[in-house]
Amino acid sequence: MSNSARLKLAGILAVLAVLCILPSIVRPYQLDVLIFLFINIILVVSYRMIAITGEFSLAHAVIMGVGAYTSALLPFSPWITLPLGGAAAAGIAYILSFPLFRMKGFYFLIGSFAAAEAIRLIWVQFNNPFGGFRGLRRIPALELDLGDFLYIDFGAPVPYYFFALVVGIVCLVIMYRIEHSRFGFVFHAVHHRDMLAQSVGVDARRYRTIAFVTASFFAGIAGAMVAHYITAINPGLFGLPRMLNVLVWVLVGGLGSFAGPVIGVTVLSIADESFRGFQELRPAIYGLTLIVTMLFLPDGLVSLPSKIMGWVNRLRNREASGVPKRE
Amino acid sequence: MNSLIASSFTATFAVGLVLIFGIMQVINFAHGELYMVGAFSTWFLYSENGVPFFVAIVLAILITAAIGFLMERALFRPMRGNQFGGLIVSIGMLFILQTLAVYLFGQGLMKNITPYFKTSWHVFGIESVTVAHSRLFVFAIAVIILGAFWLFLRRTRLGWAMRACAQNPEAAALQGISISKISILAMVISAAMAGAGGAVMAQLVRITPQMGHSVIVTALIVMIVGGVGSLEGALIASVVYSFFHTFITTYIGGEVATIWGLVLMLTVLVIKPTGIMGDRESV
Repeated sequence: MSNSARLKLAGILAVLAVLCILPSIVRPYQLDVLIFLFINIILVVSYRMIAITGEFSLAHAVIMGVGAYTSALLPFSPWITLPLGGAAAAGIAYILSFPLFRMKGFYFLIGSFAAAEAIRLIWVQFNNPFGGFRGLRRIPALELDLGDFLYIDFGAPVPYYFFALVVGIVCLVIMYRIEHSRFGFVFHAVHHRDMLAQSVGVDARRYRTIAFVTASFFAGIAGAMVAHYITAINPGLFGLPRMLNVLVWVLVGGLGSFAGPVIGVTVLSIADESFRGFQELRPAIYGLTLIVTMLFLPDGLVSLPSKIMGWVNRLRNREASGVPKRE
Repeated sequence: MNSLIASSFTATFAVGLVLIFGIMQVINFAHGELYMVGAFSTWFLYSENGVPFFVAIVLAILITAAIGFLMERALFRPMRGNQFGGLIVSIGMLFILQTLAVYLFGQGLMKNITPYFKTSWHVFGIESVTVAHSRLFVFAIAVIILGAFWLFLRRTRLGWAMRACAQNPEAAALQGISISKISILAMVISAAMAGAGGAVMAQLVRITPQMGHSVIVTALIVMIVGGVGSLEGALIASVVYSFFHTFITTYIGGEVATIWGLVLMLTVLVIKPTGIMGDRESV
C-alpha cells in the first residue's frame, strides 16, 4: 500500500470515528440534520453517476420520490420495502430511459424534466392511492424486533442515525466500486469520447441506461429512507426546488471527482445550518453560491486547493524571477 | 374566448424565452421569475402606493428590463458558448429573485389587485356570455406587443441584425454586427415582455413568489412543441396548447391537463425533436 493511499485510509477512518461519537455530542435537531445529510450524500453521489456519462437529468428528485412512495405504499415490513423502493425507482427509470435516451444534451434535460413533472403531477392528481396534494401520512417507522432478545426502534433519531450511516457507507462503497470497475471507465468514455467509444464497439446508449438505472436505484433507497424517517411524504417534497438543490450541491462540490458532491453537500448543509437565523434568505444564498461557483470555480470546491496552490506558485515564481507586474 | 386570451399571454411569454434561446443558446429558467417581478411591481406600485395603473405597468416593464440587462451583463456573457452553464446561472438567479420577493413582500399574504376595469363585455350582446374587460386588456396588450415585436424584427435594421445573429453568429459578427449588443437587446426585450405579461396578468391571478413556476412549465412545453428557436412555431404552439389546456381543464382538471401537456411534449421530443416548425432554426 502506497503512502498516500495509507493517508487516505487513515483520514477516512478518522472521519468514521468522529461520526460514531457525534450522536453523544450534538443536540437532537443537529442529529436530524446529519441524518438528512447522509441521505443527501447517497442522492448526490448517485446523481454524479448519471452526470459522468455526460447527461444532466432533472428527474432525480422525482425518481427518489418513486422510491419513497413505493416503500410507503407497499404493505410489507419496511425492511423489505426499503430495497423494493430502490428497485421500483430503478424500474421506472428503465421505462423512462426508452424515450429519454433518444435525446441528448439540452433535449435530454428538458425531456427528463417533463417526464418527472408528469409523474409528480400524477401523485398530486390521484388521491387514491397517492394521497393527492397532502401526500401520505403515518408511514411505519423501521423497527428491529427480535422478541425478548433485542428491540430497537429506528424511529428515534440516534438509532436511525447509525442506520443511515451504515446504509450511506454501504451505498457509497458500492458506487465507488462501480465507478472504478470496467463499467465506470466506460461511463467516462461515453462522456468524453462518445464517437470513439462507439467505434470500438461500446453501445453508448446501453451504458447511459445502465448508469441511469443504477443511480436511480440508489436514489430510490434514499427516498425510502426519507419516507420511513419523517413518516409523512407529499409531492411537494420531490419537486423542482429539491432537484435544483441536488444540482447546486453537485455543481458547487465539483463533478470531477468522487469526493466532489460529498464535499459540496456537506459544506452547503453545514453553511445552511449556520444561516438558520435568516430563514427566508437561504435560497438566495444558494443561488448566489451557485452563480459565484459557476463563474469563478467551474470545477467546484474540490478544485479550490489546487487552484489556491496555483495562485501561490504563480506569485512565488513572479517574485523569484523578478518579472515586472503587469500594469 | 378564455383560451384565446390565455394563448395570447402564453405567446408573449414563450416568444421571449425562444428569443433568448435563439440568440444566446441559453434556456433562461429565471424567465418565470421575471414575470413574477413584473406582477409584484405592478401590485406594489398600483395597489399599495397609488401610482396610476398605466404608469405602474410601464414602470414594471422598465424594472424587469433593467433586471434583464443586468442578467445579461453579469451572468450570460461570461457563460457564452456554454449552454449548460447559462442554464445553471439562470437557476441561481431564479433562487435569488424568488427569495427577494419573499423577503421584501412576505410569503403568505393574498395579494389581489382590484381590477382597474370593473365592467365586462357581453360578447355580441349576449347576456350570458361575458368577458371581463381586464381580460380583454391582457389580450389587447399581448397582441400589441407581439405585433410591435414582429414589425421590429421584419422592418428595422436592428431586427435584421438580430435575426442574422440567431441564424449564424459568426457570419453576423463578420458583417460588423456586435453580438454582445444584440444579446443585451434580446435579453432586455425578452425580460420586458415577461414583465409586461406579469404586469397585465397581475389583476387576474394570485400574486405569489412562486407564481413563475407553472408559467415556465407551460412556456417550456410551448417552446419544445413549437420547435426550439422558432418564433412562428412558438406562436402556433401557444395557441394550440392553450386551447387544449383550457379544454381539458374545463372538463377534467388542471393537473390532468398539464400531465397531458407534458406527455405531448415528450412525444414531440421523441418523434421530432425539432418541433413542428423546427426545420428552419430561425428567429
